[in-house]
Amino acid sequence: MPNQLVQLEPFCESADARHSTQARVAEAPAMAEQSGRRADTGGVAHVAVAMSGGVDSSTVAAMMSASGRQIIGLTMQLWNQRRLPQLQSAEPAQHRCCSIDDVYDARRVAEHLRIPFYVVNFEREFEKNVIRPFVDDYLQGRTPIPCTLCNNHVKFDQLLLTARQIGAERIATGHYARVRHNPESGRYELLRAVDESKDQSYFLFGLTQEQLARTDFPLGELSKGEVREIARRLQVPVAEKPESQEICFVPTGNYVRFIEGYLHEQGQTLPEEAGDIVTTAGEVLGQHNGLHRYTVGQRKGLGISEGRPMYVVALDRAKNRLVVGQDGELRSATCEVRGVNWIPYAVPDGLLRAKVRIRNRHEPADAEISAVGLTDARIVFDEPQRAITPGQAAVFYSGERVLGGGWIR
Amino acid sequence: MHIYLDYNATTPVDRQVLEAMLPYFAENFGNASSIHSYGQRGRSAVDAARDSVAELIGAKPAEIVFTSGGTEADNLALFGSVAASNQSRKHIIATAIEHQAVLNAAQALEQQGIEVTYVPVGSDGIVDPQDIRRALRPETILISVMHANNELGTIQPIEKIGRIAAEADVYFHCDAVQSAGKVPLDVESLGVNLLSISAHKIYGPKGVGALYVRAGTSIEPQFHGGHHERDRRPGTENVPGIVGFGKAAELAEINREANEAGIEILRDRLEEALTSVLSAVRVNGNRSRRVANTTNLAFAGAGGEALLMALDLQGISCSTGAACSSGAVEPSHVLLAMGLSPDEARSSLRFSLGRGTTSDEIDRAIAVIPPTVERLRALSPRALNTVHAR
Repeated sequence: MPNQLVQLEPFCESADARHSTQARVAEAPAMAEQSGRRADTGGVAHVAVAMSGGVDSSTVAAMMSASGRQIIGLTMQLWNQRRLPQLQSAEPAQHRCCSIDDVYDARRVAEHLRIPFYVVNFEREFEKNVIRPFVDDYLQGRTPIPCTLCNNHVKFDQLLLTARQIGAERIATGHYARVRHNPESGRYELLRAVDESKDQSYFLFGLTQEQLARTDFPLGELSKGEVREIARRLQVPVAEKPESQEICFVPTGNYVRFIEGYLHEQGQTLPEEAGDIVTTAGEVLGQHNGLHRYTVGQRKGLGISEGRPMYVVALDRAKNRLVVGQDGELRSATCEVRGVNWIPYAVPDGLLRAKVRIRNRHEPADAEISAVGLTDARIVFDEPQRAITPGQAAVFYSGERVLGGGWIR
Repeated sequence: MHIYLDYNATTPVDRQVLEAMLPYFAENFGNASSIHSYGQRGRSAVDAARDSVAELIGAKPAEIVFTSGGTEADNLALFGSVAASNQSRKHIIATAIEHQAVLNAAQALEQQGIEVTYVPVGSDGIVDPQDIRRALRPETILISVMHANNELGTIQPIEKIGRIAAEADVYFHCDAVQSAGKVPLDVESLGVNLLSISAHKIYGPKGVGALYVRAGTSIEPQFHGGHHERDRRPGTENVPGIVGFGKAAELAEINREANEAGIEILRDRLEEALTSVLSAVRVNGNRSRRVANTTNLAFAGAGGEALLMALDLQGISCSTGAACSSGAVEPSHVLLAMGLSPDEARSSLRFSLGRGTTSDEIDRAIAVIPPTVERLRALSPRALNTVHAR
């Protein structure tokens, strides 16, 4: 069945465990201190560390604590997995940011470090800003990025607000990215992580100046191997914990069942189940069983045999048709984005040459970007790009700097 | 200075209680059920403690069943009395503001096919006995109503409900965990068949409680084992814990009135200061029919969860709602049952005072809480990220 086979390429921001260990570990605490302590904090204010229970954020807490910072550990309770018990796998849910095991791990790390620690309940905010849009995006034929929505609207919004309410003026997270203040422009800039294989800047393009100004990414200078080394040296209890690869609120990785379970819980029914699978020329090749089960670029699980590789080219919500084609038809040189956030400037002057990443792990491609008003942009790639997917983000890079990004229409 | 204002959650073990317990860990360690002299020393201590606990509530010693705490006592009362009934249809009544130990036990009984009526409470956090009467059915076997509510401190009209239960010939259970040591307790005048109490709320140790079971009231044990506690609760007696409970029960009545009067003056001072200095602060629940140590305040426009954390970081420990399994705060079912909106419930905090609370501590709380509330209100939730509004 397609719904058993559909497995998106990892789009959880913590996915991908490639890393190389290098010998810069010994310098790490000094670097951490540098990146963690900025002139404008005065060095006395508390920093709230967003602790997921994973090795990265736990190491951030340990590093900052070891360098003498006053820190407060905060863990977000985002989703109650008991709501959709039918989605639980037979094995106990492990290593997911919403599981009780992870809250337990985060608490254990905080106890080890002897720092104040609280669990904050953001279930309402998460459902409104992440879960609901996630489900709606799939129903509209888009392929969403819940991690970015969570960053924009929960982690760097509600959590930062809570941090400020309790007396911490900044938050630190375990993201692999860097923030730098540009004294010439007066703006905060977002940079890629030094470790390319762990870089999570793609998921952070939406951070506003106000958010960046109050954020620390102490791991931005480190490789994953170095982080593990530091975790071991500082005896962080979760130093050997494996990486999570799934969307945190989809315990089995089967997002189709999540969407169906969630809609059922909400008393809603899926709009229009089955429909035609058609070629770009309009030839009917078969039937699909619900557009939310498919994503652009998908090849497996289409249930058609054409003797040549066929891919999902588009999801036609209006006609409830799944449009398929050959690899060449999957390529496009242009796309439109909305909800654009510009980082080093309020809006660029004229045409912009940049490298554009259209999904996590996509090799950024040369393109020309023209801003359309304050919130939209049009992208023309030098070479056509494969599977430009509505709902994913297009993020603009210039060297190590993130210039901005937006949502692909 | 760290100020503890969460005595309804738990209390420190009284020095005299601790001293009474200490010999029963390593010296007089005998199993109270053993026949030999080691056992007899343990038995003697348990018997003396049983007398003290019985005396605290006006019961006979044989009517006291020691348990692992208030939760087990509540579970034994509900499951035990339902199991002992041989009626074919069974119905029980509880209020909507019961402790989770009663509410979740009742829900578990529903899973077994027992019918449960959850009687609502008024906006003052007190149940109307007539609502209990109206909920009665021919198949009703048990009414369970708490004495003092843990979140509000409001005292429920137990005597009146006791008379209703007696008239209807229905068992009546009262969770008195929060009223023990704060108001006089007499099982005769309350008219209860079953009553739960816990040691750690009255300056005794954690892990020990008791269920009063009126002579003639039948309950089925919920554990299976030896013949302890007159076949009502098997398991080797927690001798040091029970000894501590006995001592705590004894101390609870000494100077209770004077202690509670002093605590009430401090509680009222805190409440008056916060409601007058700050705008839009409201006292949740009936202010006259409540225990002396508790105040539950709604700070409109300030999230209770963040306020609790902000105060804790400044050395003031209080409480909000109930925690879920992860430790995150959920809106209080008690406040929701009183008709507060979820936002109002989320902006509410409970301060509960105790024997150790000093006037200086209240002064400090009055100095720290208002500016903290104002800071939270100034940073009230608004979207920092407006770029990506969907």
